[in-house]
Amino acid sequence: MKKYFSFFRLRLVTGLQYRTAALTGVITQFFWGFMNIMVFHAFYKADPSAYPMTMEATAAYVWLQQAFLSFFGAWIEGEILYTISSGDLAYELCRPIHIYDMWFARSVASRLSKAILRCVPILVVAVFLPRGYGLGLPVSFPAFLCFLVSLTMGLLVMVALNMLVYGSCLYTISADGMRVLFASLSDFLAGQVIPLPFFPEKVQRILELNPWASMGNVPFRIYGGDLAGSEMLQAMVLQALWLVILAAAGRLLFAGGEKRTVIQGG
Amino acid sequence: MNMKTKKVSGLKLYFHYLSIIFRSAMQYKASFWIMTVGHFFVSFNVFLGVFFMFQRFSHVEGFTYNEILLCFSIMLMEFTLAEILGRGFDTFPSMIRQGTFDRVLLRPRSAILQVLGSKFELARLGRVLQSIVMLGYGMTHVEVRWTAAKLVTLFFMLVGGVGLFSALFLIYAALSFFTLEGLEFMNLFTHGASEYGKYPFGVYGRKMLLLVTIVIPYALVQYYPLLYLLDRRSDPFYIFLPLLALWFLLPAYGLWRFGVRKYKSSGS
Repeated sequence: MKKYFSFFRLRLVTGLQYRTAALTGVITQFFWGFMNIMVFHAFYKADPSAYPMTMEATAAYVWLQQAFLSFFGAWIEGEILYTISSGDLAYELCRPIHIYDMWFARSVASRLSKAILRCVPILVVAVFLPRGYGLGLPVSFPAFLCFLVSLTMGLLVMVALNMLVYGSCLYTISADGMRVLFASLSDFLAGQVIPLPFFPEKVQRILELNPWASMGNVPFRIYGGDLAGSEMLQAMVLQALWLVILAAAGRLLFAGGEKRTVIQGG
Repeated sequence: MNMKTKKVSGLKLYFHYLSIIFRSAMQYKASFWIMTVGHFFVSFNVFLGVFFMFQRFSHVEGFTYNEILLCFSIMLMEFTLAEILGRGFDTFPSMIRQGTFDRVLLRPRSAILQVLGSKFELARLGRVLQSIVMLGYGMTHVEVRWTAAKLVTLFFMLVGGVGLFSALFLIYAALSFFTLEGLEFMNLFTHGASEYGKYPFGVYGRKMLLLVTIVIPYALVQYYPLLYLLDRRSDPFYIFLPLLALWFLLPAYGLWRFGVRKYKSSGS
């Protein structure tokens, strides 16, 4: 466990070095969030009765989404893919560790380090925006705790899903196509394009079951009170379930992949 | 000097560059098609977002679904065409870092032409195709009679929009003379603008509309001529408004010239 923790720490410290990149990222995300909220307001004004959430909950959703973009953004670490395609994987295999666990720890750390740098300024500014535009306080203290738990699980589900992509690269080596498809598919299914409650009810029912809905969708809606009571508990259990399933599938994939790995010269 | 070595025209040279890039891309056919499909899906997501929003709402700021599609498709087409043409500027920061720009400066041709000709991504045509389909659908489904004046307006919107986005790409490239790396927030003005430009800029409130009219004139190639297309305005002045957005090329070109003059090789 200790060795994985040091991989985690190493990656975290490296990630925290990119402060200028984080600053421009914050400006970009802030603007995105603002434009998004303006669109939702326009739709709200057009027909308040058709609007599926409260405006406060929508604003909270948008700001949390921007603040924790690096938790749930669909990117795939180029470095890990490069390790596979360049053959550096051979060195990793020599180490007395599980590759799956190491890459898992590493991916969590790199997402976490990006979020640490970016979320604070975004959240602080968003809190001071007027009601309906900014980020209000969580609906209750228990809801806030659930939000934290669910946020953590969401991050782990995202990384577990990432690991499946890396795992499949052990078989296919090249990943360009997978990468683009994975990115666009998951953005949509995860409710990054529009939050899941905005979909027609039947579509929403189906979408809520898929693993992508177990990422940002659950914590962001808990925070604003859109998801509460038994519905919330159900969603959180589903998150845990997906985490177990995806992690198990990933380990299996890696176990097979490591055995048949071919190192391409080098 | 032998007369036979007379200068080929800039345009001819540009097309020569393109044909080289095209032939080399065609060596990797599978990769090309996968990327085309990928790019298609990236903007298809945005479309699906709009589609599902309008399953729930019938209009926004007085614009119907078909009218929004029209707006979205024009903006997407403007941006994608500019992106295909100006892709060289998009990857320009790496040209600076690797020092290949020194080579460009040594050749007796315009630097802009050479940078433009250095990259050309046909895979993005997937997106142009999508915008053409949406445009066709939008044009035939909005309750508007298409007159010659409106078609001219549409054409001017494309010209103005491609010009505006190209200017923004040029600024992005010029800034890297000073920073040596690409600035992420510039994405906001190119890719970002094309994405939130799917809705007419009036949706974002009066202040934002003012900003995108005066500072970076997106509204001149989107909101105002759209009002004319949809019969909300009838003043023929609106037909030529998109061309006014081309003023933005001037400061962009100025910044580029300034950057070239200040350029110091990174030495790699």
